[in-house]
Amino acid sequence: MTKVSMTVNGKSVSGEVEGRTLLVDFLREGLELTGTHVGCDTSQCGACVVHVDGEAVKSCSIFAAEAEGAEVTTIEGMAAPDGTLSPLQQAFQDHHGLQCGFCTPGMVMSAAALLKENPRPTEAEVRDYLEGNLCRCTGYHNIVKAIMAASGQEAAVAAE
Amino acid sequence: MKTNAFAYQRPDTAEEAVRLAAEGGDGARFIAGGQSLLAALNFRLDEPEALIDISRIATLRGIERRENRLLIGALTRHAEVAASPEVARDLPLIARAMREVAHPAIRNRGTFGGSLALADPAAEMPACALALDAVMHVLSPEGRRQVPAAEFFCGMYETALEPGELLTGVEIPLPEPGARHGFSELARRHGDYAMAGLAMMLGPRSGGVPSWARVAFFGLSDCPARSAAAEAAILSGARPEDCAAKACEEIEVFGDLNADEATKRHYAEVMLRRELTRLANDEERTA
Repeated sequence: MTKVSMTVNGKSVSGEVEGRTLLVDFLREGLELTGTHVGCDTSQCGACVVHVDGEAVKSCSIFAAEAEGAEVTTIEGMAAPDGTLSPLQQAFQDHHGLQCGFCTPGMVMSAAALLKENPRPTEAEVRDYLEGNLCRCTGYHNIVKAIMAASGQEAAVAAE
Repeated sequence: MKTNAFAYQRPDTAEEAVRLAAEGGDGARFIAGGQSLLAALNFRLDEPEALIDISRIATLRGIERRENRLLIGALTRHAEVAASPEVARDLPLIARAMREVAHPAIRNRGTFGGSLALADPAAEMPACALALDAVMHVLSPEGRRQVPAAEFFCGMYETALEPGELLTGVEIPLPEPGARHGFSELARRHGDYAMAGLAMMLGPRSGGVPSWARVAFFGLSDCPARSAAAEAAILSGARPEDCAAKACEEIEVFGDLNADEATKRHYAEVMLRRELTRLANDEERTA
């Protein structure tokens, strides 16, 4: 067993894990943060995207031990403590950017990473950035609309 | 648990890492970014006894200019290489090819050296290393050695690395002013593994033809391969379509799920013809 310590959504956490414990399993089973989803386990689908030291990472493809000392943010860390959704999450709701919701945590975390490095992306840039996140319900249009709206470019989408 | 149980080790230095690898023998694996290895482990295609996490060894990370060479540390992440102003200015072939490497979240973890050491036949960086005549820096308990890219890629997921040897960095000679690059890749979806791809460097023109040429294909065979016949045709001043006809003359092309052998040969020829034509047109415009 290996002891791991990291900061998750602003709180210091630690635990004993096997070397083979994936970060996503540590988050879901160790910390009961089940908002991060497991889709494919092979870094294709993006349902498990979290931020590790501010960067989007697929948490199925990194061991918990590799995140020793890191700052991790999951979907649970996006809303305010009183439950008020972040502007990005609110935009997903307003624009119906989800149907079944399985991919949504990963979509929101990827989109947040995009907007951090590129606050006003073009629609093409949004679609390009999301190519590692698969949604099988929406056809992506409303997800893209939500992200454009969250970046303050609602008019650009509405005008299409 | 998806993967088998293994001993997880996190050495602080490269020397300690290769010592642990020597102790671990056949059952030991290095893990850098893990973006290919974890998929293999999650599927249990590979069941190591020991995983040696080299990702915190700071001396293996970063991009450094040494006279007329760029040294890229093996642990430099794809996203860092893609964002590097030095790479964009001095090695535009790599900057161009990085746009096709997987997806953003994978580029944030995956490493330059990991891609080369894995030697996936459909990967971009091994072909770029061939086209740029890169030199691999290798460490083992016995010491350091250097392996030219031309001798590094031996087969499907096979390199000149001996068991327990660690790729520490890659030295890339900067092409002289006037050298040009060509790159092309075809995949089912952007970011997927290549069905066929081309990475090419042409030396400055002298007497109407490039002074040297390195044409490397990926996704065609069991490992990236130079096309000596196409290079000779380019240096003879042949037309793009005649150079392209030679693209796969000496390359053993394998069909796969995506495309059969004849289709891949066709893709390779079209890619080479288009890139040579584009470069010739650019030349005319600036002349």
